[in-house]
Amino acid sequence: MTRSTPNIDRSERTFTVVLAISGGFIVLLLIGIMVTLFFNSLPAIREFGAGFFIGKTWNAAAETFGALPFLVGTLVTSFLALLISVPFSLAIALFLGEYYREGAVSGFLRSAVEVLAGIPSVIYGLWGLFLLMPAVRYIEMKLGVAPQGVGILTSSLILAIMIIPFAASIGREVITFVPGDLKEAAYSLGATRFEVVRNIVVPYARSGIIAGILLSLGRAIGETMAVTMLIGNSNFLPTSIFSPANTMASVIANEFAEATGVTSASLIYLALVLFFVTMLVNIAGTWVIQKLTVESSREVT
Amino acid sequence: MHDNVRARLAKDTIFKGIVCLFAFVSLLPLFLILYYITRNGIAVINWEFLTSLPRPTGETGGGVFNAIVGTLVLIVLSGALSIPCGIAAGVYLAEHQAGKLGNAIRLSVVVLQGTPSIVIGIIAYLWIVGPLKTFSAFSGGIALAVMMLPVIVKTTEETLKLVPYHLKEASLALGVPYYRTMLKVVLPSGMSGILTGILLSVARITGETAPLLFTAFGNQFMNVNIFKPIDSLPYRIFYYAMSPYPEWHSFAWGASFILVVLTLSLNLVARGISAKWKIQY
Amino acid sequence: MENTVLTVKDFSASFGDHQILHDINLTIERNIVAALMGPSGCGKTTLIRCVNRMHELIPGAAVSGEMLLMNEDIYDMQPIILRRKIGMVFQKPNPFPTMSIYENVVAGYKLNGIKLPKSEMDGIVERSLKNAALWGEVKDNLHRKGTFLSGGQQQRLCIARALAMNPEIILFDEPTSALDPKSTAQIEDLFVELKKTVTMLLVTHNIAQAARVSDVTAFIYLGELVEFGPTEKMFTVPKDKRTEEYLTGKFG
Repeated sequence: MTRSTPNIDRSERTFTVVLAISGGFIVLLLIGIMVTLFFNSLPAIREFGAGFFIGKTWNAAAETFGALPFLVGTLVTSFLALLISVPFSLAIALFLGEYYREGAVSGFLRSAVEVLAGIPSVIYGLWGLFLLMPAVRYIEMKLGVAPQGVGILTSSLILAIMIIPFAASIGREVITFVPGDLKEAAYSLGATRFEVVRNIVVPYARSGIIAGILLSLGRAIGETMAVTMLIGNSNFLPTSIFSPANTMASVIANEFAEATGVTSASLIYLALVLFFVTMLVNIAGTWVIQKLTVESSREVT
Repeated sequence: MHDNVRARLAKDTIFKGIVCLFAFVSLLPLFLILYYITRNGIAVINWEFLTSLPRPTGETGGGVFNAIVGTLVLIVLSGALSIPCGIAAGVYLAEHQAGKLGNAIRLSVVVLQGTPSIVIGIIAYLWIVGPLKTFSAFSGGIALAVMMLPVIVKTTEETLKLVPYHLKEASLALGVPYYRTMLKVVLPSGMSGILTGILLSVARITGETAPLLFTAFGNQFMNVNIFKPIDSLPYRIFYYAMSPYPEWHSFAWGASFILVVLTLSLNLVARGISAKWKIQY
Repeated sequence: MENTVLTVKDFSASFGDHQILHDINLTIERNIVAALMGPSGCGKTTLIRCVNRMHELIPGAAVSGEMLLMNEDIYDMQPIILRRKIGMVFQKPNPFPTMSIYENVVAGYKLNGIKLPKSEMDGIVERSLKNAALWGEVKDNLHRKGTFLSGGQQQRLCIARALAMNPEIILFDEPTSALDPKSTAQIEDLFVELKKTVTMLLVTHNIAQAARVSDVTAFIYLGELVEFGPTEKMFTVPKDKRTEEYLTGKFG
């Protein structure tokens, strides 16, 4: 005879149900966000369909909406920002994860990076307006381009500064995962530290570093305030890195409050696209990092 | 052979130098930002700036009292909305490492955390501002709560996973029901970590502007009614920064100084709590 | 029969498909120390975890057979009521880190929401700590955190915590395996004292410890009860060959 063991008492069940409801609420919240975005952008989806992504004109008066300028604006600013930030974030990651793991200097650098990460976006924007914008304008004058100061380059610079701490902290983490015995094996063969970094550390941490870059790309794509303040808010396709432009996030920030009807639906359509792009980027990045964490913890034990 | 070694060592030194150089050059913006905020901010901060309301265009003087109050109202509102649910969900995840619901929640948390703040602003607009037909502190609080939620869930889960199983066993073996064990033994043991997570999430949302653009909006008057538009420090900074008036620009710096001091001290307190109240198991 | 505290009849336990205990039968008399010994993985810990129904907290756990506490079927009782009557002391000392020494002793009352007058609480704390031979060392620091104590002191605090609930039985799951020899000796001395008031089930893989402190011993091997009887007898003239081999160190 096997005795059925009621292995949980009633209070446990009630309590667990309450917890599960709270957790389930988060899932519902996310589904709610997707459904809301989808249904509210339906008028624009019906009207423009996939042509939305190749249309070059965004004109509220004519009710013609094409998102290409913003897609280009978003991609160019984000990738440019990545390009600028990668050497710096990689350097910080190597400094903290490989060269100086302990000590006052690395403690200072780490705190400083944390402070940098904690500064609100709107303050980056403000600072950009008063320091970066004049600087870029100066460069533009030297180069003989229309000296507007705001535009893709200015936004990319501020984005680069903003994502450095983020990418650096992920990079540091994955670099510390590199097993010590691998490095020791290389040292015992007479390798210099640079050779160890180049041939052991970076290849080993490569997928994690890429994931970190991916996650910071997600950040850059969704970043709103600083970009809105510095990109010049032009709804035309940018022609050079000095052109004023708009990203998906910045055009929403600029126009949504006053938008109605199909304009509003088109902006929500943009938000839907933004949501899915960042979602994919984040899931991919997080997945790689999780896999890496699991693997490295397995190696320790 | 000798030359080769020398070249390799030189390369090694050069590379290290480059790493150090790049690492510290990337701090340059930080110092510049802090320098600008401090220099321009302190210049305008005085008693009047902290305690009076914005003046209409054309009049000089005035302050950001309403924005400070508004920011505090928004913090309290979003905290009240997100903390209970976030902790409960975090406890659920810590207690159910595997399972379909657990994985769905974990995935949702990742996605929510990565969702751009402007999208969350739109959602709060569609859910609250549309139906109520007015911008309101309440809708802003909802937007910020959605941003806090994933951070709280994650830190709660991570912290509680570190609470040793044998403490839970000790309590259960005393005949303490499961829910009391969780509430009175496991949660208190992880309290410092959870509190740190909450403070960090508050620090994060305190500076958020994008989700407030079409929710809390802004309000140049004093308001504590949560169903009316409310001002906030980040919104005020944005508004002043984009204005054409030099005096308002300097006010933007003043407000930035207050905001940075606020978020940095939240970060400091959070770190202090996790260091001081660390529980030895 | 009146003197019997715990009766185990044809008792089996399993996790999923994995059977851990096979048809265990034994009875434990009042006010003795009963040692459960055997090589690690033999099921001795599972057996005591079935006595206070901690076994079933792990998903996939199932039991069959009967277990009686003072003639009452353990598996018909509410687990939380049962566990208040059966104390447990774990392998690793586990005082609650958020509580003071005082609060740790009365944790069974506090956590269960049982309100007692302060004077009664004070009495329980003093009596339990005295019985656990810890009073002298901590009486001036009752409101400090229990985690500041040494390992041996922490374990005695856990014993005091179990004693405070006036249990019929206290289950000890290798209580000294994480302690130094001196603390181990102190706790072994304690068993002799505690026998006057409470019955104890001691899981140990330390043969010498079983010999030193127990009145009766059960030898469990591969989930079966190989031999059960007075300790002295088992250690001098074991009936089963396997017991003899275990006692002489042939395996374990």
